[in-house]
Amino acid sequence: MEAVAKRTDMHSSFPIAALLAVFATGAGSVAVAAAVEMPPAVNRLVDFAADVQPILHTRCYACHGPSVQMNGLRLDRRDAALKGGHSGSAILPHDSASSTLLLRTASPKEGFRMPPVDPRLTREEVGVLRAWIDQGASWPEDSDDDAPVSSASANEHWSFRPISRPEPPQVRGDEWVRNPIDRFVLAKLESEKIDPSPATGKLTILRRLSLDLIGLPPTWEQAEAFLGDSSPAAYERLVDTLLDSKHYGEKWARHWLDLARYADSDGYEKDLARPYAWRWREWVIEALNRDMPFDEFTRLQLAADLLENSTPDQLAATGFHRNTLRNREGGTIHDQSRFEETLDRVNTVATTWLGLTVECAQCHDHKYDPITQEDFCSFYAYFDNVEDAHIDAPLPGEMGPYLSKRAEYLRKRQELLEEHHVPELQPEWERQMKIAGANPGERTDWDLCYDVLFQMTDNGWEVLSKEPAERTFREREVLTDYFIDWYNTVVSKERIEELGFKQLRTKLKELKSSYPQPSEARIIRERERPGKTFLRVRGQWDRKGVEVVPRPPSFLPSSAAVGPATRLDLAEWILSEDNPLTARVAVNRKWQEFFGRGLVRTSEDFGLQGETPSHPALLDWLASEFRSNGWSMKRMHKSIVMSATYRQSSHARPDIAERDPDNAWLARQDRIRLPAEILRDSALWVSGLLYPKIGGPSVYPPQPAGVVDLTYGWDTDRWADSEGPDRYRRGLYTFFQRTAPYPQLMNFDAPDSNRTASRRRRSNTPLQALNLLNDEVFVESARALAIRVLTESPPDWSGRLDRMFRMTLGRTPRGDESAQLAESFHRQERILAQAPDEAKRLALIDLRGHETTEVAAWVGIGRILMNTDEFITRE
Amino acid sequence: MTLQQFRAIQLRRDFLKNIASGIGMAALGDLLASDGVTAANLPDVNPLSPKQPHFEAKAKHVIFMFMEGGPSQYELFDPKPALEKHHGQALPESMTKDLKLAFIKPSAKVMASKFAFHRHGQSGMELSELMPKLGTVADDISLVRSVHTDAFNHHPGQLLLFTGHTQFGRPTMGAWSVYGLGSESQNLPGFVVLTSGRGTSGGSSNFSSGFLPSHYQGTVFRNSGEPILYLSNPDGVSDTLQEETLTSVRRLNEMRFEATGDLEIASRISSYELAYRMQMSAPELLDFSEEPGHVLEGYGVNSDDEGQKQYATNCLLARRMVERGVRFVLMMDASWDDHSGLNENLPKRCQKVDQSNAYLIQDLKQRGLLDETLVIWGGEFGRTPMVELRRPDDADSAGRDHHPNAYSMWMVGGGLRGGQVVGKTDDLCLNVVEDPVHVHDLQATVLHLLGFDHEQLTYRHMGRDFRLTDVSGQVVEKLLA
Repeated sequence: MEAVAKRTDMHSSFPIAALLAVFATGAGSVAVAAAVEMPPAVNRLVDFAADVQPILHTRCYACHGPSVQMNGLRLDRRDAALKGGHSGSAILPHDSASSTLLLRTASPKEGFRMPPVDPRLTREEVGVLRAWIDQGASWPEDSDDDAPVSSASANEHWSFRPISRPEPPQVRGDEWVRNPIDRFVLAKLESEKIDPSPATGKLTILRRLSLDLIGLPPTWEQAEAFLGDSSPAAYERLVDTLLDSKHYGEKWARHWLDLARYADSDGYEKDLARPYAWRWREWVIEALNRDMPFDEFTRLQLAADLLENSTPDQLAATGFHRNTLRNREGGTIHDQSRFEETLDRVNTVATTWLGLTVECAQCHDHKYDPITQEDFCSFYAYFDNVEDAHIDAPLPGEMGPYLSKRAEYLRKRQELLEEHHVPELQPEWERQMKIAGANPGERTDWDLCYDVLFQMTDNGWEVLSKEPAERTFREREVLTDYFIDWYNTVVSKERIEELGFKQLRTKLKELKSSYPQPSEARIIRERERPGKTFLRVRGQWDRKGVEVVPRPPSFLPSSAAVGPATRLDLAEWILSEDNPLTARVAVNRKWQEFFGRGLVRTSEDFGLQGETPSHPALLDWLASEFRSNGWSMKRMHKSIVMSATYRQSSHARPDIAERDPDNAWLARQDRIRLPAEILRDSALWVSGLLYPKIGGPSVYPPQPAGVVDLTYGWDTDRWADSEGPDRYRRGLYTFFQRTAPYPQLMNFDAPDSNRTASRRRRSNTPLQALNLLNDEVFVESARALAIRVLTESPPDWSGRLDRMFRMTLGRTPRGDESAQLAESFHRQERILAQAPDEAKRLALIDLRGHETTEVAAWVGIGRILMNTDEFITRE
Repeated sequence: MTLQQFRAIQLRRDFLKNIASGIGMAALGDLLASDGVTAANLPDVNPLSPKQPHFEAKAKHVIFMFMEGGPSQYELFDPKPALEKHHGQALPESMTKDLKLAFIKPSAKVMASKFAFHRHGQSGMELSELMPKLGTVADDISLVRSVHTDAFNHHPGQLLLFTGHTQFGRPTMGAWSVYGLGSESQNLPGFVVLTSGRGTSGGSSNFSSGFLPSHYQGTVFRNSGEPILYLSNPDGVSDTLQEETLTSVRRLNEMRFEATGDLEIASRISSYELAYRMQMSAPELLDFSEEPGHVLEGYGVNSDDEGQKQYATNCLLARRMVERGVRFVLMMDASWDDHSGLNENLPKRCQKVDQSNAYLIQDLKQRGLLDETLVIWGGEFGRTPMVELRRPDDADSAGRDHHPNAYSMWMVGGGLRGGQVVGKTDDLCLNVVEDPVHVHDLQATVLHLLGFDHEQLTYRHMGRDFRLTDVSGQVVEKLLA
């Protein structure tokens, strides 16, 4: 469309004077208009709702709509539109040529034409408007566009009302009830005359609980102990043990990472690695393991930098916001990128804490929720003065070794730089760079070098503008490294070779990695010189509207003090009793992970388009409980898993399949396909391969060659398989390269981490089947499991089978299942006996006292079990 | 059996009684079996079953040949003698003020094309000497010289082209196609991705299913190692052993299905079967031994040039996939991003693709497949009339920067009118002056040819109905036969 507009500018056929004359007299006619070559009316009967309203909606409402009525003109309401604005009627039925609406939209004159921003209306669109007016400007009374939700209806929306503290209802089936949660659930079931499902068996509940709380299936020993403990407190003891496990933080961190769109790389074309992104993940795992109250958890991530005396570890919490994507392509406009990154932060915060999808309000008032564009921009204002920073955030034990070697490291680095003449060359390069920055277009090679500095470093150009003495050590390092990397754009290849810069870069990297370094953290903080925030017309980054100040959305109650508001104020408001959303949204997500769906199924959207809660009173009870228990996440988890509701069987209920197909009433538990990471973890865990180290940098488990080749590949050898035990770490530690994610994660529905993800899909595809069948990691797991069973369990065949079955599926096999596997075992032995080479390659090791075919056939049984639906499902 | 039927059977059995009496769900299996509904005739739960479009489709398959980076329209498709006049001069500011440039400045100097154009076919279509073979099918293709887009960087440009939006998270054209039409292939994925050259800026976001279920995402057929990730049996596992494994997995899944009544297990069984069929049929797909020599020759599959060989192989694979019912083939070739060394690199790249492009069209036509297959060739944007000179002292390093306002693509096949040029650009191809085709219009047209009203093919996500063309897009009537 834009192209057309430009074309008209260049080869306009409008006799402008004639058109203006018509406008001045206001007495045109269709004939006159034709004479001035206004685009012709379309030759058909137009329909207001189908043809006209969409044009008004997309092109006019932003300034003449529900929230703004520039010049008094409002075009989303019949009466207001036909009445006109401050300068009179805009629409004269049957007379398009005199209607201001047409004169303004069809005008060739920049500054006069509406809408004032490109693209212009097309000839077709103008033609539609003309035809509509000429045909009488019929505007059916009932076709006004959806009005923005009035504050009255917003107050009535369930999620915007204050959280109540309902009494758990009285129920007839008291004996089933284990805690207040069950009363809410049973009350609903009783009203529908449905019985809850029986409690599931001991082994199933053990596996369910273990997978849900720590993301790993139970060990053989745990199962034996639990089976042997018949005391009534056995279950609660188990719950407590699991909540205390260090793996608890790993399991629950992953859910939070989804919301934070965590990844280890920038995204977009260059997709550079973010070496210390994991430091924030570390903070999350640790916080969850300590059961940091959710209010503190929130406050630190939103505004640790604004708290007094915050420690580097606390500052690392703000890394939540550093997970936003960064486009480093050439020519990316800095202000636009910053705008888009900030939008992403705002959207992520709104979805994560408030369960609202606010992004529509970026361009216009939200169509369904009572969020105005000004609300959005005021929310945006909290984040508009944020800057990115990198700090040292050492983990325990890192500082001592670093400090003792620091001087030596710096000396050696300096020696290397001197050896390659860097101190001599860099000042002149900096001088030339500054000249290039000030005079773009004169020397294209320097332009490139300067522009790339802008893209490839986070603040290189700011460092460049500082006097060398004012630069911090880290800043000096960044600029020097950049100089070495990019000097080749402004001098010849031969010169670079002569200087040996390529080798220098490698040497510097090696030097750095051979000395202890403190972990760094990617944080945000307030800019020293804050700027003003403006509403952006139609959500365009470069179209500034009125100034806005930070404040919570107006449709939600706030007793916040008037005055300069900060992110810390935002955090306090998010956590305040004023705000009915935060606690509801948080507990609903917990519920979602324990039942496969939230009480509000749309856990990302508590607005008017979201679904209503299946058990509103229960949701409020949980939310108020969460607040009053001191925001303890572990306590919340405990009360959910202690309920009888949670402990029900997950088997289908054909009796109510028609009435409650999605199990919203909770007459049973649900079977839930394991998340991608947990699936991997389970295979490694039951086979004993898992290296259970908690935390640390991301790792590179082997993946098929060529996966990263699909991407632009800025760093050529960026996926070097980890060596040693790091190959067998939990899935959440797998390095997440945004443009080429680890295939197993994607096959099993891990989010792509480009946007906040509140719930995962659970798809069921042939690629998943291939992945489980043929991916080396699952074959290795089956092999390790076979060896484990052959060496650890009773020496008879069925004892082994029972053991392997229990370890993988968490229960003892039924007769028909054992029979099937026995038959298969013998068939496999026969097949393998005929292909001894294959048997060897499958078994891989010689196990004393066992034929190779026997070992290989057990590997085969392991593969079968790990490929069952049940293995990858939490029952 | 449909879900409803399944539930009806379950209902009939009055499970309430069993649960109340403590028999529990284990009895379901027996009851199912006694009713003749064993897992042997599981309900059809395949989300990719063929579906009817809104109206009769002109095209049943799409081969989108995506030339990542942005091929230069000046050297290939849109002759601009006026460049000669301005060669070596900067353009007046009034002409460059609306340009969005990635690397160069508006003051960069104009560069004329070094390559000649010739007229081809009855239509007299002007095409560059770099694409001589394409000239032989000029009367089949529609050349669109008026494509334009909004984004001037690769990744956003590719997102806009494939998802209709410059930001992440939306489904791609291929995913929408399979979502709308399902797949006709029982053995292969409905949406396949083939690559040649280096990786693309967009990476997996060019074939993502976005917020659509992941059944609809593109499956990459790789050109080294296994064609599909994890397609081959693990080391030491023969086909016989794999079959044995799969049989047992199926039996155990059936038993579990009978025990739990969870339809998800039926779906799992069906996924494993398709996986098995993919394992079995992929080798046949990749086996060119039945293709006659002249066909291999025609595509250039046996070329000595590794690049050409890879591209030609993908073209032949695309045809073989279409024959086998694959709905959407996305071929990605990278990179056509000629910021420097344009005059040296572009002819080589054209040499690599020209023969295969032309032969693919002839081959599809000769097999009667062209009528039902839509083929599109082009990039995410075009290039600037001005030169990009990264090394001012080396004239041979000249290239062109990104240019979203006007560029060319060609398309051919199902439901299109051949032998025509659609759209015109101004003397310098700075802007479109006639029949603009925004990438949203292109998307609307693709969906139209597949039988869809692009405004009606929607998916509800986060409380809103989304579509490929976002909030715009018009079918390009001129392109239609």
